[in-house]
Amino acid sequence: MKPLVVVGASLAGMSAVQSMRSGGYAGPVVVLDSSPEMPHDRPPLSKQVLAGEWDLDRAGLPMARNMSELDVDLRLGVSAVGLDPDSLQLSLSDGSTISAAGIVIATGSVPRQIPGEVPSGVFVLRTGADSLALRDELDRGPERVLVIGAGFIGAEVAATCRGRGLEVTMVEATEVPLQRVLPADLGSFVADLHRNNGVDVRLGVGLDSFLADASGAVRGVTLTDGCEIAAQVVLIGIGAVPEVSWLEDSGLALLPPQEGGGIRCDESLRAAPKVLAAGDCASWPNGSFNGERMRVEQWESALEQGTHAGKQMLFEIGAGEDPGAFSTVPWFWSDQYDAKIQMAGRADPGDEVHVVDGSVAEGRFVALFKRGDECRAALGVNRPRLAIRARMKLAETLAWDSMLELFDQ
Amino acid sequence: MKINVNYDLCEANAICMAVAPEVFEVRDDDNLYLLTDEPAEELRPKMEEAVRRCPKQALEIEG
Repeated sequence: MKPLVVVGASLAGMSAVQSMRSGGYAGPVVVLDSSPEMPHDRPPLSKQVLAGEWDLDRAGLPMARNMSELDVDLRLGVSAVGLDPDSLQLSLSDGSTISAAGIVIATGSVPRQIPGEVPSGVFVLRTGADSLALRDELDRGPERVLVIGAGFIGAEVAATCRGRGLEVTMVEATEVPLQRVLPADLGSFVADLHRNNGVDVRLGVGLDSFLADASGAVRGVTLTDGCEIAAQVVLIGIGAVPEVSWLEDSGLALLPPQEGGGIRCDESLRAAPKVLAAGDCASWPNGSFNGERMRVEQWESALEQGTHAGKQMLFEIGAGEDPGAFSTVPWFWSDQYDAKIQMAGRADPGDEVHVVDGSVAEGRFVALFKRGDECRAALGVNRPRLAIRARMKLAETLAWDSMLELFDQ
Repeated sequence: MKINVNYDLCEANAICMAVAPEVFEVRDDDNLYLLTDEPAEELRPKMEEAVRRCPKQALEIEG
């Protein structure tokens, strides 16, 4: 019997496995992952694990706690290097091939790197091993940590380092943190949050070059404005790119970066018959947003897409019912200092922003993002109850008036 | 089936409330309240989902 193959053992991939098993599929399942160890749950890696509060073991994926029940042929350290959607053949990095009954692609994304040679002491943060390597350096008490990029990874690492009593400089190439997702006044909130917590925040300036000592260890950087900053540890947090390069010759449709990148899927996450994608690498028309094509690099979305892909796969092979189209309201949270930041939906810098509860000044608010007569997103800072209710409302309807009713009570 | 909340870990992120509003409620004081601590058996899949999604690992199912 040909197996169902899941490429990628992170949250999306393992959610797919779990969903196939809960859907009653008892046949063979092969799970591949290029990592030599079982991937971890990522949110704690920049927070509790990096802070030293949790052992890495505690940051296991929730669905990996019952691996034996899931009964998978888990092949760690083996990546897929090619896929033929017609024959459902996968070529693997160890030279072998698998003939599959169906394939779920959940290869995620990889951190964007600084081109060229990089001194030691310069880190990215994606895996459990990355988190431990960075933590070891922080344990040695560097005089200053430099964070390049004020996105979520960068901002959380900066906050965690401050929590450990370390001096931190955070450099962001755009004028406002999170400029891609937030309008200027809300982005300033993030910059102020970090400044108020003692971070030296530099905006509108990029990395020019690294400074290293004779042993090749980083000693600091030169910025594009000519400033030199001494730092013994540097974290690069400048985003991620979907890991789809191995599919370039597969015949599957891949989207160019300007269209959001990733694998072009239909509304059921299908890239081809019996070939599905889930998680960071999947682009699909999201029914919750009028069919707008989205690719979401968020924890909850990875879990939901994986779960859907599992059900969809059972349907494709005639072992389950049609789960219908996949739609979701993208959702993320980020903990930085005492700010619990939660955002639902998809904001655009061109949206009108309405603060409907609390105020930005007091650091406790809900902001809604309006485009036309629709509410496209809701951002809550230290307002978890309202943020969640806004999210549930977005899942129901994007109508602006309906959302406002929630806050008029 | 009983639901336990470890209030030392819980930060009232309200993720559980999105999964099962009939059991979990974060109120205006930003604390999590259980509307029942012994949810009906048919809610088990939702309870497992809530446990899995809690970013602070603060929920536990007993029995």
